[in-house]
Amino acid sequence: MEKKLPTIEIIEKYCKGCHICVEFCPTKVLEMKGFVASVKNLEACIKCMQCELRCPDFAIKVSA
Amino acid sequence: MAFDYDKYIRPGKLPHIWCPGCGHGIVMKGLIRAIDTLGLDKNNTAIVSGIGCASRLPGYLDCCTLHTAHGRAAAFATGVKMAKPEMNVILCGGDGDGTAIGGNHFIHACRRNIDMTYIIMNNNIYGMTGGQFSPCTPTGAKASTTPYGNPDPSFDVAQLAIGAGATFVARGTAYHATQIDKLIVEAIQHKGFSVVEILDDCPTTYGRRNKFKSVIEMMNRLKDVAVPVKAAEKMTAEQLQGKIITGVLHKVEKPEYTTEYAKVIERAQK
Ligand SMILES: Cc1ncc(C[n+]2csc(CCOP(=O)(O)OP(=O)(O)O)c2C)c(N)n1
Ligand code: SF4
Ligand code: SF4
Ligand code: SF4
Ligand SMILES: [Mg+2]
Repeated sequence: MEKKLPTIEIIEKYCKGCHICVEFCPTKVLEMKGFVASVKNLEACIKCMQCELRCPDFAIKVSA
Repeated sequence: MAFDYDKYIRPGKLPHIWCPGCGHGIVMKGLIRAIDTLGLDKNNTAIVSGIGCASRLPGYLDCCTLHTAHGRAAAFATGVKMAKPEMNVILCGGDGDGTAIGGNHFIHACRRNIDMTYIIMNNNIYGMTGGQFSPCTPTGAKASTTPYGNPDPSFDVAQLAIGAGATFVARGTAYHATQIDKLIVEAIQHKGFSVVEILDDCPTTYGRRNKFKSVIEMMNRLKDVAVPVKAAEKMTAEQLQGKIITGVLHKVEKPEYTTEYAKVIERAQK
């Protein structure tokens, strides 16, 4: 059975490019694209929500 | 489902003014989750602050909010609580606001044990005004006013609160985001004056001067220094050198101020 992928929404106008979500994602799902965070490898997401919890700017939302 | 923060944010207020990587946003999110967990009525919840970057927090929240004078959050909040004891009163602000200019108000709110919760965001510096040292700047650290290193010993905010009589004292960090709301929930549920110190980061005025290459290094430091209370109990004084204990540090029951004051009113009216 195919596993259901989460949806990761990055609100670009809120993102300040601090790198926190990218650095602390345990499975390296995210990367910086210029000054904003972006999703590089959605398949690896384990839905731990650490990126969403630590983003100081309300800029990343993970929906399982 | 992703947590819906928008329910608690005043429309049009984001993005907030805090710098990239500033931990104040992480703390604000923790407070919002705590308010949600407890199901607090926004119209019966007052968020009160002084002045500083941290003290800008209430302006974003769709609750009853007061942005007051530097160091005076506790004085204004006490007024709110005395007039409306049924209201949930939450104070927030920075280390400078709370332990320098507002130190006096802070200790007396602790001493009175008035049923309010104080979230103090300790980034070891006066962030807003460009990085002057605060009573929480570590010895030896650099600030704009201590370019050769700070000679002062620093306050331990949690110990100060315990010594002054606060009946619930907890400490978390901006790195340990999942813990923040849990500590705030427990603090709000406690009947009496509760203090939650969050070790925070100011990459702009503290980090750069103190050889942190990035906010990631500052976050990693918070991760490394924090030791949960339970783990600390099994560690020797030597092992605890340079560590900071996190979790619920102090919890006792004592008479609460608005309850005691109501008795005074009753006696006076007899
Ligand atoms: C009476 C008065 N004195 C001084 C100031 C200048 N002032 C504004 S914010 C601040 C320090 C804030 O530091 P802190 O509370 O640690 O908050 P942070 O900016 O670090 O979050 C100072 C000294 C003021 N606004 N009012
Ligand atoms: S939810 Fe966890 S695994 Fe998924 S992107 Fe965020 S931090 Fe990475
Ligand atoms: S943590 Fe938030 S603000 Fe920082 S880079 Fe990631 S999405 Fe952007
Ligand atoms: S100056 Fe420091 S405390 Fe103020 S918003 Fe910037 S990082 Fe945060
Ligand atoms: Mg400060």
